[in-house]
Amino acid sequence: MIWGVSGNAAGELMNITFLLNGETVALCDVDPTRTVLDWLREERGLKGTKEGCNEGDCGACTIILTHESDSQKAASAVNACIMLLPQLQGKAVRTIEGVQSAQGDLHPIQNAVIEHHASQCGFCTPGIVNSLVAAHMRGATDHDDVLAGNLCRCTGYAPIIKAANAAQAENVPEWLADIPDNLNITPNSCAPENADELAEWYMNNPHATLVAGATDVGLWLTKKLVEPRQIGFLNRCTDLQQIIERENDIWIGSGVTIDQVQRAVKARYPGFSGMLRYFASTQIRATASLGGNIANGSPIADTPPILIALGARLSLRRGDKRRVILIEDFYIEYGRQNLQAGEFIEGIIIPHQPDGLKVYKISKRFDQDISSVLGALNIIEKDGKVQAARIAFGGMAGVPKRAKAVETALIGRDWNRQTVEDAQTVFSHDFIPLTDVRASAEYRIEVAQNMLLRVWLESHGQTVSVREVTP
Amino acid sequence: MSVKAPLPHDTAGLHVAGSARYIDDIPVPANCLHLAFGLSNEARGVITGADLSAVRAAPGVITVLKATDLPHENDVSAAAHDEPLLAQGEVFYHGQPIFLVVATSHLAARKAARLANITISKRPAIITIDEALSANSRFEGEALVWNNGDAETALNTAPRNVEGSIEIGGQEHFYLESQAALAQPQENGDMLINSSTQHPTEIQHKVAEALGKPMHSVRVESRRMGGGFGGKESQGNALAVACAVAASQTGQPCKMRYDRDDDMVITGKRHDFRINYRAGFTKDGKILGVEFVHYARCGWAADLSLPVADRAMLHADNAYYVPAMRIESHRLKTNTTSATAYRGFGGPQGMLGMERVMDHIAHELKLDPAELRQRNFYASQKDTGPKQRTHYNQKVTDFELHEMLERLTDTAQYAARKKAVSDWNANNDILKKGLAFSPLKFGISFTLSHLNQAGALVHIYQDGSVHLNHGGTEMGQGLNQKIAQVAASEFGLPMERIRITATDTAKVPNTSATAASSGSDLNGMAVKNACNKLKKRIIRILSNHWETTQSDVIFTDGMVQIGHHSMSFDAAARLAYESRVSLSATGFYRTPKLSWDRLKGRGRPFYYFAYGAAITEVVIDTLTGENRILRTDILHDAGTSLNPALDIGQVEGAYVQGAGWLTMEELVWDTSGRLQTHAPSTYKIPTCADRPDVFNVALWPGENRENTIYRSKAVGEPPFMLGISAFLALSDAIAACGEIYPALDAPATPERILKAVNRVRLG
Repeated sequence: MIWGVSGNAAGELMNITFLLNGETVALCDVDPTRTVLDWLREERGLKGTKEGCNEGDCGACTIILTHESDSQKAASAVNACIMLLPQLQGKAVRTIEGVQSAQGDLHPIQNAVIEHHASQCGFCTPGIVNSLVAAHMRGATDHDDVLAGNLCRCTGYAPIIKAANAAQAENVPEWLADIPDNLNITPNSCAPENADELAEWYMNNPHATLVAGATDVGLWLTKKLVEPRQIGFLNRCTDLQQIIERENDIWIGSGVTIDQVQRAVKARYPGFSGMLRYFASTQIRATASLGGNIANGSPIADTPPILIALGARLSLRRGDKRRVILIEDFYIEYGRQNLQAGEFIEGIIIPHQPDGLKVYKISKRFDQDISSVLGALNIIEKDGKVQAARIAFGGMAGVPKRAKAVETALIGRDWNRQTVEDAQTVFSHDFIPLTDVRASAEYRIEVAQNMLLRVWLESHGQTVSVREVTP
Repeated sequence: MSVKAPLPHDTAGLHVAGSARYIDDIPVPANCLHLAFGLSNEARGVITGADLSAVRAAPGVITVLKATDLPHENDVSAAAHDEPLLAQGEVFYHGQPIFLVVATSHLAARKAARLANITISKRPAIITIDEALSANSRFEGEALVWNNGDAETALNTAPRNVEGSIEIGGQEHFYLESQAALAQPQENGDMLINSSTQHPTEIQHKVAEALGKPMHSVRVESRRMGGGFGGKESQGNALAVACAVAASQTGQPCKMRYDRDDDMVITGKRHDFRINYRAGFTKDGKILGVEFVHYARCGWAADLSLPVADRAMLHADNAYYVPAMRIESHRLKTNTTSATAYRGFGGPQGMLGMERVMDHIAHELKLDPAELRQRNFYASQKDTGPKQRTHYNQKVTDFELHEMLERLTDTAQYAARKKAVSDWNANNDILKKGLAFSPLKFGISFTLSHLNQAGALVHIYQDGSVHLNHGGTEMGQGLNQKIAQVAASEFGLPMERIRITATDTAKVPNTSATAASSGSDLNGMAVKNACNKLKKRIIRILSNHWETTQSDVIFTDGMVQIGHHSMSFDAAARLAYESRVSLSATGFYRTPKLSWDRLKGRGRPFYYFAYGAAITEVVIDTLTGENRILRTDILHDAGTSLNPALDIGQVEGAYVQGAGWLTMEELVWDTSGRLQTHAPSTYKIPTCADRPDVFNVALWPGENRENTIYRSKAVGEPPFMLGISAFLALSDAIAACGEIYPALDAPATPERILKAVNRVRLG
């Protein structure tokens, strides 16, 4: 009889080394599909990390990840429930048990949570504390942003914010200093160390599922209960995590996390980075990769319409062969991408251009929600006329899709309300959206049309977002 | 005195350190087994085949149980005996448990549960309110009707009328800890159950039935829940019974916790309602009569639907004196999960019906909605005239909303902001603001009168430390802290001398659910009763010791003083012990003055009323329906608060939960009865940024006129209904887009708001 069956191993068993609450942990024969949450709770008996939803939406399982000192990533809050053990390779992890000192001194945030009555049932509290502790280490004080991935059903959040404000000026306790630089790591062949190794390995294992952040694949494991035949881990490929500003474009490695993208595009395309603030949650953005958001082919992924509107290209690699395609040509139809066996996205190339980009994400809830419609409208006006327009939408078709009829109706016309209203009438040429749990087809088309009007109003100085209104 | 002090939650220190233990955190023996249900994938049908061979053969599976394998009762219902643990021949909703997998791990059990080959011959499923009406599918045979006065004549003779209808969506509890239970076999066939439940006695009762044992063979412990909100009043029965049966058959400990999606699919939620209304009123807005028709979608089994629908009827007046009212309540039986208790227990739906009427009348007469409401309020408790009666004939003697409204409109600067909102709307075409006031009056007591009782067990040890138990359960509301404050105040002890441990059916028997906001009212009084018994015994000992009379005894600051004599409490305890006096006492309490006939709808179901008032300001985007709460001001009546910090926490949390119910929280079933919003990816509860930007919450400084524990008032459910003000503010913002009444339905998602905006703009 087997005790503690946790799924059949997907491919080879792995060797993983990391710091856990300050101590080195070296594991052999790790099932690559084992989640960090399951391991922490069932193997290590660290029960402070809670399972609330098992899909990265509630934050009860939030743990703190510290990266290698050369990775240019600060401490991150991440969801343990959809993170796989091999992703911890070479990192340092703090669970709630390691947030207080070995002598039992509480972190200033823990004290503030008590003093400000910021816990009621207490089940979300370890995750909330960890999100706030990680933010405190990074010096982040936009607590609404920090906590967008932590649900609390009891408090109404007001006391949690009071606690966060009260503790933000305190020093980071010295016992939290983790530097996972001198770990003795045994490489695993299914976790290549660079893009060349990955290319070779993937050619030999073309049926493997590639995992960067596991924020999507994690759900296949925890919810669909699928057992992938083999997993290839990208987290060790540091060359895929680079962002390179070049003369005519910016090159973003496919393994770059969304929060890094957010910072990288902030100066050139504030509309892009502004939207990424509402891409899932802090935890997911610290883990999910840009390449993953593109490659999974979802019609409701948030970055592809933006990248289409920016005319971005994908650099695809298969073995030693590379090809570059427009991202809009990557999406063939629902569930089908322009990608061959053994081929993967190496990088995303965004050409430099004047910024005319507006991005609007519509969902039932502002934070941590899947878009009903995401509109990326890149409209360049010159001398009162529309000089150029690249417009793309998510949630309006089986793939992220460009609105070519709308673009045609705009280009060369005077940039006025009449033009906008005329262009609104041709949306139905570009899109026949679906009705689903998030929104009806009628709502989707109306909101998409109204986004164009919103761009026009915004270009005339009107306040168009309820988020900008103060009491 | 520790009562009235704003002390933190008693286990806040454990919460922040991650060391507070929930069911899944309890250390278990290595041979503990894990359970998962196999679920129906049809909403209604006859099971024609169940091939479980692949399930049995799956890795880690120990055994698989079907209905026919159950040794005794196959029932986990609260009362009606209509809810089998495992489907017996037929299925009645999508997600109904059909078989039970017992395996060596949680994941192994979940994986195996999906391998069954169940064939179901489909039958026509009744999913919606309209389908239930056309099939006449209902509980109680027919609609329940209450008449007070002659509503029809009042409506026909009234100078003005409005009529309409509102759809009110249900709500998923989304307690952060999903349902969980652990059963550990004891010697002699007894069973120890740890359950995340608001109702340990019901768990004990159902487990005993399922094992064919008397209740004394089953002990249920509940230390804490990771949230309850009504969702753990009856919905934990299935897990506890499953664990007990499997533990009894295997002889091994058995644990079950629902994966979140399973939890959302299997368990009950708030009832969704449709309320039709017709109201007659004078030209200055005085209501003369109202007719309501309530349609409650109850799901496939009775569960608590009848008292929920009753409470909706009981709150159809909200805070207003209605001279003539008729309510017809339809309790519809559908092939959806059995709707259950949820904070407010039908009260919010009934109240929203009346607030819709008020809103509609104010719009019709172009009167200020707060002013109109005040005109219709019950008479103030200070009013010397004869007391007005509710539509169910209970006198309203403690009404304080006139004074609360005046205070709140003043502190929230209602009039000035009303003008500012109107100016904003005149100058902005795209973004519109709305401002709304809503009051609440909520009846406190279980409407099934016999439940209004509680017990306690208090021990003083020979070192003077105190240990106690009571019948209430801790789900985050801070009940144990409030109760400990009562005991500490009674004994004059510092808080650290009081310890409360897990709620345990072996310590306090025959408990009622911790529900109906009753936790501190009932259990606080029971503990006080026990403390008083013990104090009397100590006083007798000390009087003998000092040969003095028993007058003027004071328990304070850890000392007991009689006249000029004084002794530490600890020494007094020691003296009592050595004098061979029992230092253990039970306490008991029953709520007085109740009498209620639910079929006639007459009597006094409530001991008293709790009151509250809120003003909410919102902004909407008329291009997308996106919306946000900008500011909320609340004044809430918790009587003389036992702990103002915990009470304000209840108010803030309840408001956000109530606003979530009426805005972003949308449950969607497809036409075949499958719940499509079965995870937090699709079902959205408020996040941090959804709380009001400005959030002012104050407690009303009034004491309960009834003799409750330290004159406090219940606070768990009432403030939930303050969230109605957010919904009304959205309606107000939409109304600014044109002339006609928006007739907004709930939940007011961006899509519904945009639709209403378009309707109003078209006129």
